[in-house]
Amino acid sequence: MVKLFINIGNKVLSFLYLMGGLSNLAFQSFYWTFAGPHKKQRILEQAQKAGVESLPIISLVALFIGVIMALQTAYQMQRLGSEMYIASIVALSLVRELGPVIASLVVAGRVGAAITAEIGSMQVTEQIDALQTLATNPIRYLVVPRLLALSIMLPILTLYADVIGIFGGYLICVHKLGISSSMYLNITFDSLLFKDLFSGLIKTIFFGMIIAFVSCYHGFNVEGGAEGVGRATTRSVVTSFIFIISADCFFTALFYFIFP
Amino acid sequence: MIEIQGLTKSFNGHKVLDNLNLTIDKGQTCVIIGRSGCGKSVLLKHIVGILKPDSGRILIDGKDITVLRDKELDELRMKMGMVFQGGALFDSLTVGENVGFEFIEHRKLDPRELLEIIEEALCMVGLCGIENLMPSELSGGMKKRVALARAICMKPEIIFYDEPTTGVDPITADSINELIRSLHDKIKVTSIAVTHDMKSAYRIADKIAMLYQGRIIAEGSSDEIQNTQHPVVYQFINGLAQGPITETLEQFR
Repeated sequence: MVKLFINIGNKVLSFLYLMGGLSNLAFQSFYWTFAGPHKKQRILEQAQKAGVESLPIISLVALFIGVIMALQTAYQMQRLGSEMYIASIVALSLVRELGPVIASLVVAGRVGAAITAEIGSMQVTEQIDALQTLATNPIRYLVVPRLLALSIMLPILTLYADVIGIFGGYLICVHKLGISSSMYLNITFDSLLFKDLFSGLIKTIFFGMIIAFVSCYHGFNVEGGAEGVGRATTRSVVTSFIFIISADCFFTALFYFIFP
Repeated sequence: MIEIQGLTKSFNGHKVLDNLNLTIDKGQTCVIIGRSGCGKSVLLKHIVGILKPDSGRILIDGKDITVLRDKELDELRMKMGMVFQGGALFDSLTVGENVGFEFIEHRKLDPRELLEIIEEALCMVGLCGIENLMPSELSGGMKKRVALARAICMKPEIIFYDEPTTGVDPITADSINELIRSLHDKIKVTSIAVTHDMKSAYRIADKIAMLYQGRIIAEGSSDEIQNTQHPVVYQFINGLAQGPITETLEQFR
């Protein structure tokens, strides 16, 4: 029984450490972000790694999600005889929810893991210490470009995922379910409001920040060589997933009540 | 001049540095010896301000670096260079970008001038013309020498060496020793080296200090240390398996 309490206590403590560490990192990163100046080259490099190189996997996942959504919705709508609504349901679920979450989770898995592994290896080989002795703040040099790149690229990737997902739905509806092309597009654009797009994209800026902070934090706190880097990478991806889903729940509730 | 006064640092309740005092004069090469894991690197990281002590002061030319603000600390660090044990070269940058890192980050120079400075630093460590290689293409000894080039590129006043000769072949080790010696003679830098390689220590040191159980237990010139009567120092410099150091370890078990 005592052991149980000790375990719970330890878990709570380590969670508080994580939150403390993340807040500290976030605070310093914002400070350096606004203090500027920034080397464009370094931000572009990270944007290339995080954004452009994620396009193939995002295309694939978004296309399949669009197809799956259309088929699953068709299954239900055919019972009610209202296949018309498939287009609007696919568009709304993608733009409001699935696009942002899918893009963020893919980026957290692909880019977040790479960031943790890279910074973690730098920590293990004393490169972070070397940065400091060369009068360069590691947060400014390593975190800020990644933070900016991720929070700019993730909304763009999400928009791209939305379009590809809707295209996936279009393929099924037009070629398999016999809905006309113009009707599908009309219903899609009629059902989408600006607030849907806005609420979908605005949260991905925060998801991008979550990925940057969590992955950098776990990278900086690697202990114990190659094995430690592996452990930190796993932890980084899991933590990002949890935070993204929790934040998404929060934002969805928030927007539901603000823009009913 | 570097003065360390009452430096204390614990990790997880274990005292690594315990009220440590040490003074290093300007232009002097001080070698800190001690067993692996006794806190030598920790001491070095305190002097460059990467670690903050639990208590105590570190004065560099009269300024206490443990209370400096980040900006002042960075200004001071521009006058310091550090050579890490494994080199700690940035593996995403070329050798040239590594060596010129501080110039690229903190000074606006035209590319030709920058290239000249990098070339000069690399030639000083005997590695002319490798600025376009990546660190992964270098051997361990070359990495160490590139790290040394990076440390001396800004013409620092103080250079720190963390195990400069560990893990390199004896010939490279000797050339590194020679380099450290010549930097001392030519540009009068203050150097602090941490090592357990006694041959290297005798070669480069003006002063040797031994770190044991978190304190400096003996200091003196190479000759004084070589002829020491102190049983702990005697055991260490002669590399004996039996003696007071290993006996205390036995007691712990």
